[in-house]
Amino acid sequence: MRPPSLLSLTLDSALLRIAHIADLSHLPDHLVIDLFRVGTPRGPLPLSTPARPPRQISFGVIASLEMSSGIQDSEVDIVIAALQPNLNTFFEAWRPFFSRFHIIVVKDPDMTEDLKIPTGFDLKVYTKADIDGVLGASSINFSGHSCRYFGYLVSRKKYVISIDDNCLPAKDTAGSTVDAVAQHMTNLKTPATPFFFNTLYDPYRKGADFVRGYPFSLREGVECMLSCGLWLHNADYDPMTHVVKRNQRNTTYVDAVMTVPLGAMMPVSGINVAFNREVLGPVMFPGLRLRNEGKHRWDTLEDIWNGLCAKVVCDSLGYGMKTGLPYVMRSDAEAGKALESLKEWEGVKVMDDVLPFFQSLKLSRTAVTVEDCVKELASIVREKLGPKNAVFTKAADAMVEWNNLWKSHGAHHA
Amino acid sequence: MASASRAATPLLKDELDIVIPTIRNLDFLEMWRPFFQPYHLIIVQDGDPNKTIRVPEGFDYELYNRNDINRILGPKASCISFKDSACRCFGYMVSKKKYIYTIDDDCFVAKDPSGKDINALEQHIKNLLSPSTPFFFNTLYDPYRDGADFVRGYPFSLREGVPTAVSHGLWLNIPDYDAPTQLVKPLERNTRYVDAILTIPKGTLFPMCGMNLAFDRELIGPAMYFGLMGDGQPIGRYDDMWAGWCTKVITDHLGLGVKTGLPYIWHSKASNPFVNLKKEYNGIFWQEELIPFFQSVSMPKEATTVQKCYLELAKQVRAKLGKVDGYFNKLADSMVTWIEAWDELNPPKGGVATANGPPKK
Repeated sequence: MRPPSLLSLTLDSALLRIAHIADLSHLPDHLVIDLFRVGTPRGPLPLSTPARPPRQISFGVIASLEMSSGIQDSEVDIVIAALQPNLNTFFEAWRPFFSRFHIIVVKDPDMTEDLKIPTGFDLKVYTKADIDGVLGASSINFSGHSCRYFGYLVSRKKYVISIDDNCLPAKDTAGSTVDAVAQHMTNLKTPATPFFFNTLYDPYRKGADFVRGYPFSLREGVECMLSCGLWLHNADYDPMTHVVKRNQRNTTYVDAVMTVPLGAMMPVSGINVAFNREVLGPVMFPGLRLRNEGKHRWDTLEDIWNGLCAKVVCDSLGYGMKTGLPYVMRSDAEAGKALESLKEWEGVKVMDDVLPFFQSLKLSRTAVTVEDCVKELASIVREKLGPKNAVFTKAADAMVEWNNLWKSHGAHHA
Repeated sequence: MASASRAATPLLKDELDIVIPTIRNLDFLEMWRPFFQPYHLIIVQDGDPNKTIRVPEGFDYELYNRNDINRILGPKASCISFKDSACRCFGYMVSKKKYIYTIDDDCFVAKDPSGKDINALEQHIKNLLSPSTPFFFNTLYDPYRDGADFVRGYPFSLREGVPTAVSHGLWLNIPDYDAPTQLVKPLERNTRYVDAILTIPKGTLFPMCGMNLAFDRELIGPAMYFGLMGDGQPIGRYDDMWAGWCTKVITDHLGLGVKTGLPYIWHSKASNPFVNLKKEYNGIFWQEELIPFFQSVSMPKEATTVQKCYLELAKQVRAKLGKVDGYFNKLADSMVTWIEAWDELNPPKGGVATANGPPKK
């Protein structure tokens, strides 16, 4: 290993203080390139870069670093829906990763037992009484997994990370415990690239970049609004698949984050998700409620519906959504009981109705805010899907109601 | 839902040709011997036809140099590039097999994280023989893989998938970067093994690399024209990109799938970034026009075969890209020549592609 030179020491030192250096224009070009080479993809770059047309040194990561800024811990709320009373194991396992943050726990309004939560967290619990107290008579049903959304409403932070209470930290292929919170934050703070697929997946990750053939004008990316994580062990399957593959467990750790391309629809699972609440809040609603919605994940489609609407809005407004890392380890607790849900599982019919609707959906150019998009979406849902199934009319109602609730209770930030 | 197939992957040794462009030697085949030996190779020798390319013993192959290409295609040989690996598409045209696997001569067998040698060809075959899912993104990636499936919320009506036309593999070690990125990051190596195969969604373009690529020749062959590159042309290193954009537009139109991800090969040689910059220079600026062009291409309903789609594409290239540079008029011409040559060498089964009456089915 070569001993450091004066120049390399200077560059290393500059990199440490890069956030405070306002202007690089006085640096000779070759030093700027060295600084970039040493620095990518660490940390933010100052907004004022040397006087060169961006195209000449817009090498993917470099240009995009202008846009990214670190997410502070104080900008994040962790929202946990409590569907089981004893959360001791959950919080103890997540303690190393949660303890820096403010946490909102929303208790399923249907649950009568008291919650057991360990101490040592900056944590606030909301119960049925709070939900009723804050919202009064609302047409939205916040029971079961939908109780989380109340947490989104009352949060005052820019970012929300939400993990189901039957998930624990996972281990990666090297055996290290995955900090799902930090990974979600990284996903949200680095740009998304929805307009062209990068075959090496996330170009902003260390050790990766945009590949040959990737247009330079698209390498700045767009802001990432939602990060959809995955699950080891008990994967998020529908009840049919759970029954047929009752012994199958997800053991494949796919070491990638990627942007879901513009126009592509995807099923966003609420089990392990993070998003920019400040921007996306109005579309993060519990809209679609199955007739026999239950406490198991496979009894719900609220997150899937939510994700489809969010994707349409993001596509329309030029935002991005990512999927992949982080993984969480999801317990078996529910896996055996899927058979009971099979008889009446409405999800099959619903998704097959929903699909052609979303495939042909285009929001008008005049909808330029998330609220406008949601309003337009709700009326199209009512008009096109309502006649097919009453569940969609109710969804449209819920979307409108959420928009109102957001205006009166949600649209505040710290 | 996807049924887990535990049967061994078929070898397909009589249904698959391996196409290798080369200008130097084929020593790399020694490392691939355990995996490639059962297959027929089509070697396309670029550069000086008087040079003898040594093929390691024991391989069944046919070799074509520039003289052969000129002899077989006559005046149509003008569509095949010279002094560029784009010449490999001649191999696709002369093949009589259903599947093609193409690989560069500086690509070797990679190891997976457990240290085991990766049989890239076997994985490509698996990818091609299982369906694609372009209409809805599956967050657990390939649902047909052992251990995976469609996730909750995936519409049941889409779970049969569509036929897979292309399997795009990746590279460990030297990543496929363009010249500017190579100049900024000369030491970067791809060490991340991403254990996934996924379908590229309909409507999404991607940069298709020809280093480790397999496709169903019967489904998409005529779209795999690698363009006019190299000697006498203003552009290089965009052959596979061009083929990829044309292919994706056509597969999207015809309802076929394109997969990317596994398998990995080990890419050993970093080409000279300054030479690359010279070759890519025009491409870097032209691709800014090309991408919006491909993104907005619409195929008429009557374009029901790959050839028809491709000829329609050639028409639109001439109409919309001719003004970017005269090169695109030449390219449009050669796209037409390519289809003519393809149809001549690949008449419809049981028929003869002459003017005497319609070909019999």
